Amino acid sequence: MLNIDRRLVKGFDWLTFGIVFLLAVIGILTIASATRPVIEGAERPDFYLKQIIWLCFSMIALFVVVAFDYIWLQRFAYVFYAFGLLLLLFVLVAGKSSLGAQRWISIGPLTFQPSEFFRLAFIAGFSAYLTSGLAGGHARLGWKGIVLFGLLPMGLIMKQPDLGTAILLMALFVVLCLVRGLSRRLLVLVLAISLLAAPFVGHIFWDHLKEYQKNRLIAFLDPDVDPSGIGYQINQSKITIGSGGLAGKGYQQGTQGPLRFLPEKHTDFIFAVFAEEWGFLGSLVLVGLYLMLFLRGLDTALKAKDEYGRLVATGITAMFFTYFTVNICMTLGMMPVVGVPLPFVSYGGTALLSNFIAAGILICIRTRRFELFYPQIW
Amino acid sequence: MQQRVVQVGFVIIAVVLAVLVVRLFQLQIYDGARYRKLAEENRFRIIKIPAPRGIIYDRNGIPLVENVPYFSVSIVPDSLKSLDIDRLASVLGLSVEELQSLIARAERSPFVPIRLKHGLDFNEVARIEARKSDFPGLFIETEIGREYPLGKVAAHLIGYLGRVPKGQASSPEFKNLPPDAMVGQWGVEKLYDADLRGTAGERIIEVNALGRELRLVQQRQPVVGKDVHLSIDVGIQKAVEHSFGEKAGAIVAINPQSGEILALESFPSFDPNVFAQGISGADWKELMESKKKPMLNRVLQSQYPPGSTFKIITAIAALEEGVIDPATRVNCGGGIAHGSHFFGCWKKGGHGPMDWHDALVNSCDVYFYEVGKRLGIDRLHKWAVAFGLGRETGLPLMKERPGLMPNEEWKKERRNLPWYLGDTYISSIGQGAVTTTPIQMAQVMASVANGGRIYKPTLIKGAYDPVRTVALKPDTVQRIRKALHDTVAVGTGKNAFLPYVSVGGKTGTVQVVSKTSGLKGEKYMDHAWFVAFAPTDAPEIAMAVFVEHGGGGGAVAAPIAKTAIDAYFGPKRRGGRPAEKSVPSRAAEQEAGSAQH
Repeated sequence: MLNIDRRLVKGFDWLTFGIVFLLAVIGILTIASATRPVIEGAERPDFYLKQIIWLCFSMIALFVVVAFDYIWLQRFAYVFYAFGLLLLLFVLVAGKSSLGAQRWISIGPLTFQPSEFFRLAFIAGFSAYLTSGLAGGHARLGWKGIVLFGLLPMGLIMKQPDLGTAILLMALFVVLCLVRGLSRRLLVLVLAISLLAAPFVGHIFWDHLKEYQKNRLIAFLDPDVDPSGIGYQINQSKITIGSGGLAGKGYQQGTQGPLRFLPEKHTDFIFAVFAEEWGFLGSLVLVGLYLMLFLRGLDTALKAKDEYGRLVATGITAMFFTYFTVNICMTLGMMPVVGVPLPFVSYGGTALLSNFIAAGILICIRTRRFELFYPQIW
Repeated sequence: MQQRVVQVGFVIIAVVLAVLVVRLFQLQIYDGARYRKLAEENRFRIIKIPAPRGIIYDRNGIPLVENVPYFSVSIVPDSLKSLDIDRLASVLGLSVEELQSLIARAERSPFVPIRLKHGLDFNEVARIEARKSDFPGLFIETEIGREYPLGKVAAHLIGYLGRVPKGQASSPEFKNLPPDAMVGQWGVEKLYDADLRGTAGERIIEVNALGRELRLVQQRQPVVGKDVHLSIDVGIQKAVEHSFGEKAGAIVAINPQSGEILALESFPSFDPNVFAQGISGADWKELMESKKKPMLNRVLQSQYPPGSTFKIITAIAALEEGVIDPATRVNCGGGIAHGSHFFGCWKKGGHGPMDWHDALVNSCDVYFYEVGKRLGIDRLHKWAVAFGLGRETGLPLMKERPGLMPNEEWKKERRNLPWYLGDTYISSIGQGAVTTTPIQMAQVMASVANGGRIYKPTLIKGAYDPVRTVALKPDTVQRIRKALHDTVAVGTGKNAFLPYVSVGGKTGTVQVVSKTSGLKGEKYMDHAWFVAFAPTDAPEIAMAVFVEHGGGGGAVAAPIAKTAIDAYFGPKRRGGRPAEKSVPSRAAEQEAGSAQH
C-alpha cells in the first residue's frame, strides 16, 4: 500500500515544505525571545525547546502523510469526520475549561484541542461529501449535507464556545461550496438571509457570549474604554507592533513581551513580538512567506489530478488564510480579539502538528498530481 | 468555473494582504515614533525617593523631632493566585478574614501592589523578612515618618506634617515631591518647610507589566533636608508643661539682647503625633471645635487688656515726658471721683501717699490715674506705640493679631464718641479698650530690660540687631529696673522671687466682670498677667505669662514665670539642684482675692 517511487521524491513540493519549515523556525526563535527572562541569571522557560520537539514530530508526520496517497483520506473521510464529531461531543462533556471555554481534553500530560483535529476531518469529510454526490458534474447540497456539515458542527462549536473555529467553519463551508460550483444561488440566498437575520441572531448571540468575549468586542470597538482593563490587549499589541518602527528593535531586544505588557505573547500575539523586533521590513518578509504559501496552495488546487484533491487543497489553503488573516487583524487592532493562533509560528504543539499534517496533505496532492492510477486498497 | 473561483481566491488574498501591509505601515512607520514612546513609558517607572527631613534642634542642640523608619508590607497582585492565605495571615498577625477582605477591597489592577499592613514594628519586620521567600511578591516598604518625642510640649511652636492638600499638588511649591509626601502644615515645620524638606531623589527602574521592579536604570540620591537650629530652650518649655493645669493661657520668653524667642507655649496644646500618620476626621473636628481652642496659638492670637502690666509704659512715659518728678507723692485714698463716676484703686482702703517707685511696686491705681491725667491720651498713646503696642511684632510663626492702643481718633472713628478723661484714666492702668497679645507684652518687657531697643522676635538662634530704639534717659532705665526688681522682692510680684537670680516683674489682673456683680464661676474669673525679666542688672530673659480666667496675676501668673526663669538659669546657676517648689506667699493669696494690681 505504501507507494514510494522515484517520482515521489523528485516531484516532492520542496517549496511548500520550505515555507512551513521556515515559518516554524521563525516561530521557535520568536517564542524563545518572547519568553526570555528579564531578570539576569534567571533560566529561560523551555517553551522553545518543547516547540522544537513538536516540530520534529510534526515533520515526521508530514512525511508519513506524503508517503500515503490521499485516496486513503477520501476513503476514510466519513470515519474521520464521525470521530471528529464524537471528540467535539466528548469535550463538551468531559473537557477542561480555560478562560470560560471548554476546548481541551487531557491525555496524560498532553492537553489536546479536538477542534485542531476536527478542522482537518471537516475538510476531508465535506470534500468527500461534495464529490460523492457527483453525477454529471453537478452535485446538490441537500438538507442532509447542511445539517451534517453545517448546523451540527456549528452547534457543537458554538456550545464550547469557540469563536475562532466557528469563523473557520463558516469560511470553509462557503469556500468549498463555491469551488465545487454548487448552487451559487442557494449560497447567495443563505448569505443574504444570514445578513438579514444578523441583528436578530446577534442579539441572542450577544446574550449567550461569555463575559470575556463581550469585553473583547467592546474593547475592539473602543480600546480606550478602559486601557488597563478590557482594551488592554489591543492597545498593548498596537504599541508592541508600532514601536518596532522600520527596522525593528533587533532580535531579543523587544521589551513588550518579556516585560509582560503584552499578554499571550508567545501564542496568539506572537506576530506582535516578531514585528517589534524585526520592524516593518521583517513583517513584510513574514507576510511575503505567507503569500507564497497561499499562492502555492491555490496553484496546487488548480493542478490537482482530481476533484477531491482540488477541494481539499483549496480547503486547507482557505484554512491557513483564514487563521492568518484573523490572527494578524486581531494583533493589528482591526478585529476583536478572537483566540486564534498564527499557523506554524504560534506556540502550541498540537496546533503545529495539525498544521504540518495539513501541509503534508497539500504536498501530497501536488506531488501525486501525475499518478493516474489509484492504489489498490483492499 | 472552478478555475474562476480559484482566480477570485488569488485576488482576495492579494487584497487582504495589501490591506494588512498598509495597516502595518500605518502602525510601524507613520505612528512608529508615538508607539515607541508609549513602549518606553511602559517600561520605565520613575519613583521619587523622599528626602529625610531636616531635624529641628533647640538652642542647646536637643532634637525636638525624630525621623523614624516606618514599615509597611505589600504584595504584588499576580502572586495572589498561588498564595497560602492562612499562612500569610499568621505571619502578618492578621485574621484570615481580615486578609481576604483587604485583598478583595484592593483595586483590581494588576499594576498596583496591595498594601496589607502598615506601621509594622521591628519584630514584625523581622518575622516577615524571615519568611519572605515563601511568599513571592511580598515586599516590605520603608518610609520615613516624623515623630515628636515631646508630645504636647512646644507643639504650637514645632507644628506638624500633613499630606500635600489635594488640588495644591501641582503648585510650584510642591512640585518634585513624591506623590504622598508629607509637608509642614503648622508651626516651624511649615515656616521652614522649604529648608527642612530637602530634595527628593529619583529612581528610574525598568518594570514589568505587573509592576515588579527588574532593573535599576538610574538613581539620584535624595538630598537630606537642612537642620533648623531654634533659639528655643526646651528646658523652659518642659518646665511649664503642667504649670497651667486645666487653664488656657500662654507664655513667651524672649532674649532681650537679640529678640530670640527662648520659649513659646500656648495652652491647651495638642499632640502633633496624631497628625503624623494622618489624622482622622473625628479627631480633627474635635481639635478644631473644642471650646478650649487647642489649635489657637494664644501667644500670638489672643488679645486681652494688659491690666497693670501696662503701668510700666505709663510710668516710663511719665518720667520721660517730665510730667512727674520721681519724688512727687500722690495720696491714694482708695479712688478718685470724676463727675458721676468713681475710679477706685484695687486696694480698698487706699495706699496713702505714694511716690513713683512705691506706686509701681504696689501697683497703685490712683497714682497712675493722676499720671495719665497729666500725660493726656496722646502722649500715652505715643509711648505705647513706641513700645510696639497696637501692631504685630512680626514673628512669622503664624497669623498674628495686632492688639489695640486707643486714642481720640480711634474712639471717634469706631464708636463715634468723644474722648473723656475717664477713658484716659482706665487706659493708664491697661484697662478699657487697650488690648495686647502675650508676645507684645514680652517684647515690651524685653525692651524695658535692655534699655529701649526693639528687636523683631525670631525663632532662629543667632545674633541680631535691633530694628529700632526707644530713646530713654539712663536715669529712667535705672529707676524702672529698680522698681520692677522691688516689685518681685517686696511688692505684688513676690511669687516670682528666686534667691539666686534677681528677677524684675510686674503683675496684672484683668477684671472680667465688675466686682460688685456677684457672678461666680470660671468664665467670670479675672485674667492673670505677669511680665518679668532677669537678671535685673544684665537681663538675659524677658517674658510674659498670661492665664485666661486664672485669677490674680501675682498669685497665678507670677509662679509660672518663676518656674520658667528657674528652668532657664537653674541648670547653670544652681549647679543642678532641683528647682524650688513655688509656694504662693500669704500676701499673694490675699491679693488673689482682690483685683487690678
